Amino acid sequence: MSKYTEDDLREELKTKEYEYGFYTDIESDTFPNGLNEDIVRAISKKKEEPEWMTEWRLEAFRVWQSMEEPEWANVKYEKPDFQAISYYSAPNKKPKYNSIDEVDPELLETFNKLGISLDEQKKLAGVAMDVVVDSVSVATTFKKTLAEQGIIFMSISEAIQEHPELVKKYIGTVVPKTDNFYAALNSAVFSDGSFCYIPKGVKCPMELSTYFRINQAGTGQFERTLVIADEGSYVSYLEGCTAPSRDENQLHAAVVELIALEDAEIKYSTVQNWFPGNAEGKGGVFNFVTKRGLCEKNSKISWTQVETGSAVTWKYPSCVLKGDNSVGEFYSIAVTNNYQQADTGTKMIHLGKNTKSTIISKGISAGKSQNSYRGLVQINPRAENARNFSQCDSLLMGNECGAHTFPYIEAKNKSAKIEHEATTSKIGEDQIFYCNQRGIDTEKAIALIVNGFSKEVLNKLPMEFAVEAQKLLEISLEGSVG
Amino acid sequence: MELKDKLVSSFMAFENEVDVDAYVHGLRSDAIKIFEEKGFPTKKEEAWKYTSLNKILKEDYSVFPKREKALEYSEVRKYFIHDIDSYKIVFIDGKYSSHLSQTTHEGIDVCLMSSALSKPKYRLVIENYFNKAATKDSLTSLNTAFSQEGAYIHIPKNKLVEKPIQIIHFSTGNEAATMLQPRNLIVVDENSHVQIIERHQSLTDNSVLTNSVTEIFANKRAIVDYYKIQNDNDNASLIDNTYINQKLQSHVSVHTFSFGGKLTRNNLNFFQNGEHIDSTLKGVTIIGNKQHVDHNTLVHHIEPNCESHQDYKGIFDENATGVFNGKVIVEKEAQKTNAFQANNNILISDKATINTKPQLEIFADDVKCSHGCTIGQLDESALFYMRSRGIPEKEAKGLLMFAFSNDVLSSVKIPEIKQRITKIIANKLGVNIGFDL
Repeated sequence: MSKYTEDDLREELKTKEYEYGFYTDIESDTFPNGLNEDIVRAISKKKEEPEWMTEWRLEAFRVWQSMEEPEWANVKYEKPDFQAISYYSAPNKKPKYNSIDEVDPELLETFNKLGISLDEQKKLAGVAMDVVVDSVSVATTFKKTLAEQGIIFMSISEAIQEHPELVKKYIGTVVPKTDNFYAALNSAVFSDGSFCYIPKGVKCPMELSTYFRINQAGTGQFERTLVIADEGSYVSYLEGCTAPSRDENQLHAAVVELIALEDAEIKYSTVQNWFPGNAEGKGGVFNFVTKRGLCEKNSKISWTQVETGSAVTWKYPSCVLKGDNSVGEFYSIAVTNNYQQADTGTKMIHLGKNTKSTIISKGISAGKSQNSYRGLVQINPRAENARNFSQCDSLLMGNECGAHTFPYIEAKNKSAKIEHEATTSKIGEDQIFYCNQRGIDTEKAIALIVNGFSKEVLNKLPMEFAVEAQKLLEISLEGSVG
Repeated sequence: MELKDKLVSSFMAFENEVDVDAYVHGLRSDAIKIFEEKGFPTKKEEAWKYTSLNKILKEDYSVFPKREKALEYSEVRKYFIHDIDSYKIVFIDGKYSSHLSQTTHEGIDVCLMSSALSKPKYRLVIENYFNKAATKDSLTSLNTAFSQEGAYIHIPKNKLVEKPIQIIHFSTGNEAATMLQPRNLIVVDENSHVQIIERHQSLTDNSVLTNSVTEIFANKRAIVDYYKIQNDNDNASLIDNTYINQKLQSHVSVHTFSFGGKLTRNNLNFFQNGEHIDSTLKGVTIIGNKQHVDHNTLVHHIEPNCESHQDYKGIFDENATGVFNGKVIVEKEAQKTNAFQANNNILISDKATINTKPQLEIFADDVKCSHGCTIGQLDESALFYMRSRGIPEKEAKGLLMFAFSNDVLSSVKIPEIKQRITKIIANKLGVNIGFDL
């Protein structure tokens, strides 16, 4: 075998096409393009929502109209025309399945291509799936097992019907509907999403998982996720997504709210693999997400994300450490290739005493991509003995990509201890040499180094998910891993 | 009248008064237009997110101090590094004081901007260098529009300037509130070496706002050591804009010592136009009261094989606010760059604030760039160790803080400055360090 060099790798990366780029034709019930109060009302009506929800959406819509798109992120893209998007699309056939055999075979085929067949998942992984195709959930498994423990895991539209008191109490408390441009838009038009409630003292026996797919041409996807962990409970929640190959830009503006009450723990893991656009940077998904968690006393929220997709990513999973002794964690791998742009990071807002936060961010940029870390660590005057550790490492492959770091650190309490460090480098020639010396060829050496570079974060993923994450890393940077 | 309007409307009068050279006249007119358009920066701008000028702009500043006042050397001796022989360029309320100064034209030019702007023999240098490194942001443009006086230093090829040059600006409080806009130009040609000390000092409780611009050109293999001593009183504010343009193999270091002043903003910009350049940016900030010090640095790596070292330490007491915004840009062509940035802070009081934003923008792959930033307290066990050996707590704390800032002092090349700074630090921390360095 001839010597495998970084140039070869670069060449491979350039020619590597999106493997999961396919499109399933399921008849859809789609709204006309455009957005106005009538559309918002219609969405609400379609979902048979109560009056307060309709009003809530309308309020968000009215505020959204007066807001402007944020421009501070280090990304360049053609702004989506919000009037050229259809705000609702649901699979047409919507029977309730009792067994997997009843599911549309075409849909099953889709999942098989993704390697996440429901069957397999059910049997082998023991993961409950709330599968979202476009915007309406079509299959839910293991609901019974969860129900026995009193755990509520359902689509948010069902939750609005069945548990209005919980939704009403918590929705918009962490991400207010007027928080930012995309959060307001989401609040007005969100079509579906997941809702999860873990009762007091319950340790959720399995990983909860949702797969998202954008499936209908020209349809924006506005997911809303609300996870509430009541006192002393624990839940690990997985979110993962792949999207089919499309030529026009698709908008994805999700909102995720996590609430960890006293002594509760939430672990939220994401593997994101939206279509990144082709090698010329055409197409691809715009991913503008607002994710935020609220920690009460002694609670913990941990975000883990593997970002390999999207043409433009704009995402800052955050923790508001409100309660004393609460802990926030953020582990992230962001891989960009070709013309992808990612501006991602986290916010850790320390309000309570003895609060702790850890940030580990790994950025890998290749091709002509731009990868930015943007983070905020804020220690408020009353946050005695707050502790933060941040580490942002970037790996550059090729001289046409960029890696950027924008850490904001604000301390207003003298007892705060904050450490931040960032490094940027390429794969060291001496590291490769060291491996070569020991009989490891260059290809394997690069694989080893990239793997080692991201291990710290991959280790934080739940077992079932780590496999998939590894797979996605491989696809995004094939040649460098193995 | 708003300060901005006042400045814009007095521009005509200013232009009529000064000896107008067509070349500089053009620059000034363009600059005032930029300022008129942009106005003073606000917190909405990313670079000014943590520093508001609103309060200091409210004063009714006298833009052209009229009355002159003489100072006796004995009154102001303590503000000089007086125990070494040096060239001195001294200004009182923006006007040159020949009495306190010591300039030269022998082999090197250490003189005044006003004469450089008006005399034909400097014309070539002015046209080649003046306003060539400065960017077109609003405050720098404002200074360019009113640029008239300041230090002009030109070191020709192969000269080792044997004694340091001190540039000192005094303000005497002749007017209720004074605005000063000194403009310095420093050109160091091939293989030459110069050391410069800059200081702004107010001798009054009246408000002073200084908007200073310094351009430094370090040509091939030149070495420039620049020291900024900022230990002003609580009514003096300083906006210091420094632009450094480096050519190949040159070494420039800037040390900024910020111990006082109401509001101090340092815009320190390095542009590396050549290979094998070394840039050093270091600073110690020790402030209390309601003082505000903002270090806004930029190192622009444009060509390969260059290095930059940044190290800023800060100790903040009482209601003080510290800001560090360091930006390192590595261009695509700047392979093999080695950029290092560190910012360490200690908060002593709960009312003090530190906002730090070390920023890296990297477009080249074969580079080593790192930054580190910490906010923390003194090591309890180290304190205990010293106290158990009979060192009082206050002294022990002072020693630790002194050690904390020592990294920065170690690269100071003029021993007298090191001593002076050590003394100021000891004073600030209220301890007797008990040894000389």
